[in-house]
Amino acid sequence: MSDSLTATTVHLAGEDGSRVEAYLATPGSDEPRGGVVVIHHLPGYDRATKEMVRRFAELGYDAICPNLYSREAPGADPSDAAALVRAAGGVPDERLVSDVKVAAAYLRALPHANGKVGVIGHCSGGRQAVLAACRLDLDAAVDCYGAFVTGTPPAEHPLNVTNLVPLLPQLRAPLLGLFGAEDKFPSPEQVAELDEILTANDKPHQFFSYDGAGHAFFAVDRPSYNVAAANDGWERIETFYAEHLGA
Amino acid sequence: MCTYITVKTDIDGSAKAPGGKWFRVTDAAAYFDHPVHAMAEHTLNLDLTDPAGGPGQRIALELTAASAQRVIDAIQEALDAAPAALKE
Repeated sequence: MSDSLTATTVHLAGEDGSRVEAYLATPGSDEPRGGVVVIHHLPGYDRATKEMVRRFAELGYDAICPNLYSREAPGADPSDAAALVRAAGGVPDERLVSDVKVAAAYLRALPHANGKVGVIGHCSGGRQAVLAACRLDLDAAVDCYGAFVTGTPPAEHPLNVTNLVPLLPQLRAPLLGLFGAEDKFPSPEQVAELDEILTANDKPHQFFSYDGAGHAFFAVDRPSYNVAAANDGWERIETFYAEHLGA
Repeated sequence: MCTYITVKTDIDGSAKAPGGKWFRVTDAAAYFDHPVHAMAEHTLNLDLTDPAGGPGQRIALELTAASAQRVIDAIQEALDAAPAALKE
């Protein structure tokens, strides 16, 4: 496997007519390969997320991350864009699903695509990855500590987020869940509830919860980073995607 | 976690941008969530903005919960100490 890759900015044709900025990384080989849609977290289309996109290309996948805030704040600093969109109420679920759909189609149309596309998200993106996998034809989904897949979101605040419990029976892709045992949102109880619902509905899934790890243990630039959990988590992701997105 | 909680209010005043230029601020948003820069898992984040000026017209603060409370107390003490006639 080559570690050569190309990373660049592209623009997707949003279903609402918008031009959606996206970060694309592709391996330097001519081998057939799967694709990965990376959903950025609530803090935005930032450097850490783009590093993950490049890592998936290094692992042999075409990877893309749509800038979910490019409509409201094109070209803005990621944190400024995140603040603006947050104050405006956040990204509606319908728009998120549409943007992931367009991004997945873009990956499937690339020259070396094998037609298989997975999705991954962290934190708010973890919930959105599950949402996308319930609504779209995807081949694998990874939820990294997404809160409010189960559980009750706060009411009476501008970001109107609902849990995904009613949608879970429609999950269309195998799900890998990576969680911190010390996390409070999602709590171990909420993870257990998700596990029970998926088991009851015969939905293939694998969950791993790491002792000593809290929320955001993959975030290399934050105090929550947990080396052991992150390293094992990346290995789980590699294995999971190799199984479900391989040529 | 991302708390998703955001509390907004209208404001009237001015803020000084990193470039040294003052600008009028019209909106404030407070939320307790992941910081971008502060070395804490969660902070009280406060954005003072002029949305009409674009996403970059923003003064952003990320304060630990205890720090935020001390700032609130300091502001409250300053307001309480000011003569009522000056606050009308």
